[in-house]
Amino acid sequence: MKLSSFGPANTITRTAESHPLTWRLRDDGAVVLLKEYESKNGYAAARRALKEFAPDDIVNAVKDSGLKGRGGAGFPTGVKWSLMPKDDSQNVRYLLCNADEMEPNTWKDRLLMEQLPHLLIEGMLISARALKANTGYIFLRGEYVEAARNLNQALDEARTAGLIGKNVLGSGFDFELYVHTGAGRYICGEETALINSLEGRRANPRSKPPFPAAVGVWGKPTCVNNVETLCNVPAIVANGNDWFKSLALAGSEDMGTKLMGFSGKVKNPGVWELPFGITARELFEDYAGGMRDGFTLKAWQPGGAGTGFLLPEHLDAQMYAGGIAKVGTRMGTGLAMAVDDSISMVSLLRNMEEFFARESCGWCTPCRDGLPWSVKLLRALENGEGREGDIGVLEQLVGFLGPGKTYCAHAPGAVEPLGSAIKYFRSEFEQGISATAAAPAAAAHSGVSA
Amino acid sequence: MPTGSQLIATSRYTLSPKARADIEHAIHHYPDPRAASIDALKIVQAEEGWVPDGAIPAIADVLGIPASDVEGVATFYSLIFRQPVGRHVIKLCDSMVCYVNGHEQVLDAIKTSIGIGLGETSADGRFTLLPICCLGNCDKGSTMMIDDDTHGGLTPESVVPLLEQYK
Repeated sequence: MKLSSFGPANTITRTAESHPLTWRLRDDGAVVLLKEYESKNGYAAARRALKEFAPDDIVNAVKDSGLKGRGGAGFPTGVKWSLMPKDDSQNVRYLLCNADEMEPNTWKDRLLMEQLPHLLIEGMLISARALKANTGYIFLRGEYVEAARNLNQALDEARTAGLIGKNVLGSGFDFELYVHTGAGRYICGEETALINSLEGRRANPRSKPPFPAAVGVWGKPTCVNNVETLCNVPAIVANGNDWFKSLALAGSEDMGTKLMGFSGKVKNPGVWELPFGITARELFEDYAGGMRDGFTLKAWQPGGAGTGFLLPEHLDAQMYAGGIAKVGTRMGTGLAMAVDDSISMVSLLRNMEEFFARESCGWCTPCRDGLPWSVKLLRALENGEGREGDIGVLEQLVGFLGPGKTYCAHAPGAVEPLGSAIKYFRSEFEQGISATAAAPAAAAHSGVSA
Repeated sequence: MPTGSQLIATSRYTLSPKARADIEHAIHHYPDPRAASIDALKIVQAEEGWVPDGAIPAIADVLGIPASDVEGVATFYSLIFRQPVGRHVIKLCDSMVCYVNGHEQVLDAIKTSIGIGLGETSADGRFTLLPICCLGNCDKGSTMMIDDDTHGGLTPESVVPLLEQYK
C-alpha cells in the first residue's frame, strides 16, 4: 500500500499566479523531475537571480515581500537573512533547510519534497546566493524515505545539469548541497538542536545568544529555514513583491499563500495551498467538508501540537498569525485538527503530553521533570483517580513551563494546548477528581487490591 | 585524548570493508568527521540490524572521536538501536491525529496479535514494536511504518492481516 496523495492537494484548481507552491504538482501525485520541472518554468527564477541580482538585492526582495517563516514560529525571513554578517571576510557560511517535519499534524513539507524536490533545490540555490553560502544541507527526518529518494534523485539531476556544484550556470557562484537524514527525535527540529545534530552531537538546543547567524554550524554563520519558506523564494524573485503581496486576502497582515490543512474526523482531510486570510470556517467546511456523519466538532487546533485549542465559535477567525492571535493562540503551521465529541479532552491531552515528555531532550529541568509530572496528573484524572488540587498543579505547570522559562520552545509548546484545554473544558478535568481520594496521603494506597 | 579502542578494550568488532568505505564516504560531506557519527551508526545498523557494542569504538576510531561521544549519540536518537531488534520493526504513530483516529485500539490489536508491548521484540525474532512521532500521513490516520513501508487507514481489523505479510 503506497501513500502518494495528501488528500486533494493535487486536484484542486491551481494556477502559477495563485498557487506558487503547488501549481506544478501532477494530478497523479508522482514526483516532478527536472525535465518536467523546467518545462513548467522551473529554474527560470534561479537563472534570473544569479544573472541579474546581487546577493543583497535578493535579501532585500525577500525582506520587502514580507515572507515569514513557515515552520511554525513565523519569524520574518528577510530579517533573519539580514542578521547574517555583512563582513565578507567571514566567507564560510551555511544554509540549512529544516526538513525535520515531526510536529504532530504537520504534513506539508513532505508533500513538497516528495513531489516537487526541484522547487526546494531551486529555493535553496537562490537563498544560498543571497546569503553567500556555498554549502547547504537539507536536514531530513530519517523516516521520510520517499522524500530522501526523490530529493537525492533531483540533486543528481541538478548536479549533472550544472545547477548545483562549481560555477552554477556560469555565474561564478559555487553551491554544494547535501541531504542529511536524521535518526529520530522531534527536538531536532529546534534550529540550534538541529545544528548540534548535524554536527554529529546529541540534539540538545544551544543557549542563545549567540544566534546561528553569528555562530552556527561548525562555528560559522548559519541560516536555518523551513522547507516551505525556501520554496516561496523562487516565485518572489520571479514575480516580484507586488504580486506576492496581492495573494493574501483582505485583512491579512501575512503575505502570500500557505499550505493549510484539516485532519481528524472530517469528511475530506487534506492539505491545500490557500491564501492567508481565509477563515478557518472556509478551511473546515469548504475544503475539509465539515465533520463526518455522526460526529460533532467539539474543539480545534489551528496549527500543530504546540498551538492552543479553540472552540467551534472561533472558526470565523482568519488564518494568519494576527487573526489567530486575536482568538488567543498561534497559527503555528496552519495545519488544523478537528476534535470530535467522542474524544475526552483529558485523554487527548494525556496523549499529547506523553509525546512531549518522551521527546524532551532532558537538558533543562522544567521540561525534563515538568512534562512527565503533567502526564502523571493527566493519567490520574483520565482514570478518575485525580486528587483535589491536581488541576491547580497542572495550571502551575502551564506557568512554570511557559515562554522564557526554558532554553527552547519545546516546553512552552507543550503547555499551550494544556492551558487552553483546561480553560475551555475545565469540567472534564474536574470529572476526573475522585471523591474518595480527597486526602492525598491516604490516596496512594487506598483502593488498591493486591 | 583516549581512542575508542582504549576506552572499551575488551570489545572486538571489525567494520566490514563496505561499512568502512561508506563511513569514509559520508565523512566527505562535512568539514568535521564527527558529523558523520549518525551516518556511521546507520551504516552499521543497516548491515547488522542494530549497533553491537563493539561497533561503537570501531566507529570512534574511524571518526577520530571518543567512543563515549559515539555512545552518547547512539543512545540519544530513537532510531539507533543498541540492542537487537526483530526482522521487522513496526513504528506505530502515536501522535494526536492518530489518537483521534483510534491508534490505541490499533495498538491493542497489534499487541494481542504478536504478543508484545511497545519497546519489545517477539520471542521468534520476527517483530519489534515501537512508537514513533507523527509520520505526516494525517489524512490517513491511524498510520504506521513497517521497516520502510508506510501504511495508513489502519483499524484493529485491518492491521492483523497486514502483519501477516511480514514473515
